[in-house]
Amino acid sequence: MSSDETSAGVDRMAGAEPVPGSAKSDPILVADGVRRSFGGLTAVDVGHLEVQRGTITALIGPNGAGKSTLFNLLTGFDRVDAGRWTFQGGAINGRRGHQVARAGMVRTFQLTKALTRMTVLDNMLLGAPGQFGERMAGAFLRPVWQGQERANTRRAMELLERFKLVDKRDDMAGSLSGGQRKLLEMARSLMTDPAMIMLDEPMAGVNPALVQSLLGHITSLRDEGKTVLFVEHDMDVIMGISDWIVVLAQGRVIAEGRPSDIRSDQQVIDAYLGAQEETAEARGSDDD
Amino acid sequence: MDILSILAESTRSALGPIAAIYALAAVGLNFHFGYTGLLNFGQVGFMLVGAYGVGVSVAVFDLPLLVGFGVGLLCALVLALLLGVPTLRLRADYLAITTIAAAEVLRLVYRAGFAEPVTGGVYGLQNLASGFRTLNPFDGGTRYGVGALAYNGNHLWVLVVTWGLVALMVGLTWMLMHSPWGRVIKGIREDEDAVRSLGKNVFAYKMQALVLGGLIGAMAGCMLAVYQASIQPDQFKPQVTFFLWVILLLGGAGRVFGPVLGAMAFWFLMTFTDGLLKGFGSLGWLPFLSGPDYGAIQLAFVGLLLVVLIVFRPQGIIGDRKEMLINVK
Repeated sequence: MSSDETSAGVDRMAGAEPVPGSAKSDPILVADGVRRSFGGLTAVDVGHLEVQRGTITALIGPNGAGKSTLFNLLTGFDRVDAGRWTFQGGAINGRRGHQVARAGMVRTFQLTKALTRMTVLDNMLLGAPGQFGERMAGAFLRPVWQGQERANTRRAMELLERFKLVDKRDDMAGSLSGGQRKLLEMARSLMTDPAMIMLDEPMAGVNPALVQSLLGHITSLRDEGKTVLFVEHDMDVIMGISDWIVVLAQGRVIAEGRPSDIRSDQQVIDAYLGAQEETAEARGSDDD
Repeated sequence: MDILSILAESTRSALGPIAAIYALAAVGLNFHFGYTGLLNFGQVGFMLVGAYGVGVSVAVFDLPLLVGFGVGLLCALVLALLLGVPTLRLRADYLAITTIAAAEVLRLVYRAGFAEPVTGGVYGLQNLASGFRTLNPFDGGTRYGVGALAYNGNHLWVLVVTWGLVALMVGLTWMLMHSPWGRVIKGIREDEDAVRSLGKNVFAYKMQALVLGGLIGAMAGCMLAVYQASIQPDQFKPQVTFFLWVILLLGGAGRVFGPVLGAMAFWFLMTFTDGLLKGFGSLGWLPFLSGPDYGAIQLAFVGLLLVVLIVFRPQGIIGDRKEMLINVK
């Protein structure tokens, strides 16, 4: 990652205050009052959150902070108790997972979901949107969808080339290593031509040799103008590539800012060191 | 005991109308389980509504046979929607529980006293085949074929039509599964959340697969009614569904020809073990068993063969073992 890329990212964040719920100059995703509780436990309670277009935003927080739940809510894989959010200006709260994906917000999963008994190429082709042959009646009209299939295959091969999986195209996805599966999942999500990519712990369980290559792919997504929001645990990774960091603890956004702001934030340090009761008390008195 | 005549009889059964009917129903089940991963433990319910669609239309309302087929298929469509709407959004096991219960409830309702004016209750319905036999190009009285492989004209007609339907549905399976639609369906079998995250309406696809497999099952039921010319509710017990599962696993789930080979192999084995037991009995080798016990021993024997198959060839006759092993997590 060269320094001018980083500065390009920082430029995009210009004017954003490093405080929870801060306004961004060109937000692609704006969420308000998103709440979800399981029984008596409030897993997510986010007052206001904006994600700047064309940046890499990291979502961090201690275990159980509600990062994955927030991910599931925003992408339509779980239902909220309350809250609304807009994506590219249109409200998408209440939409189901596949509708959110069609709107241009595609996600990956913490436990990689490679479709194991299908070939790598078939995995890729599944991502292509608007396929005529995917309609039941359309399936019988091979001459009608053949052209589209060829175009999709060409695009899939280009992406496989870029993610260095092209030699594996006819292998079953189940035969790939953990890191290759992460790459496949990322490549497959790009087949949907999304505006925003949500990566749930993209580095989890990946062999260290592959981490650098994965990071390279994530920054190149941003450089193509896509917005990336990702959940991650590894602090070094986050500080290295993020333009903006959102810190979640006990379901709330406790801090937001550039990596340099977050590194010195006392609340974040407390949250990560497990002094959460004190933080909660401090926040409670603030609220009063 | 004549081993050759037992083998000939088994072959006759493997190619006969019953094997064809089971093959057809298993092609439907293959859509559900083999490709989409839906656990349907009530395929016999679809056969039942298909058979009674023909039966009630023909015997009670005196309608043409073709209308009966239409009614049977329509009932299967309604049944699939009723089963699918509440369960297909839930985890896979809910469909399994619902289907097994629904099929049994259907049988009990169709045989109940209050339903007797329409369904004939426990006595069922008779004289269902005349419309089918008027279309018969063969002579009902003559036997066609050679030696043991001969069928009378009426059975030959059922046999030709049913295997014809099997061929048609196998062709349909091949076309669908070699299309982008089939790719989505297989993706759902592997991981429906992943497919959903790529913008596919998983619920709609599962519903399409459930309806399609159910319609093919109902078609098998229609042919059963036509073949037997009569139906009774108690021939639609859950064991029919389990035979269909055995057939599917035996042949190879998720393979286009799996259900067809499975049905042939299954009915060959059933008839072969039956002939063998009767032969042993007539030689006096089984003094501790009487005639009615043979059926139970036969089922146990087939069960044992299946256990051996699952241990040594879990992918079925034409499955891909490599693919099977990938799925073991």
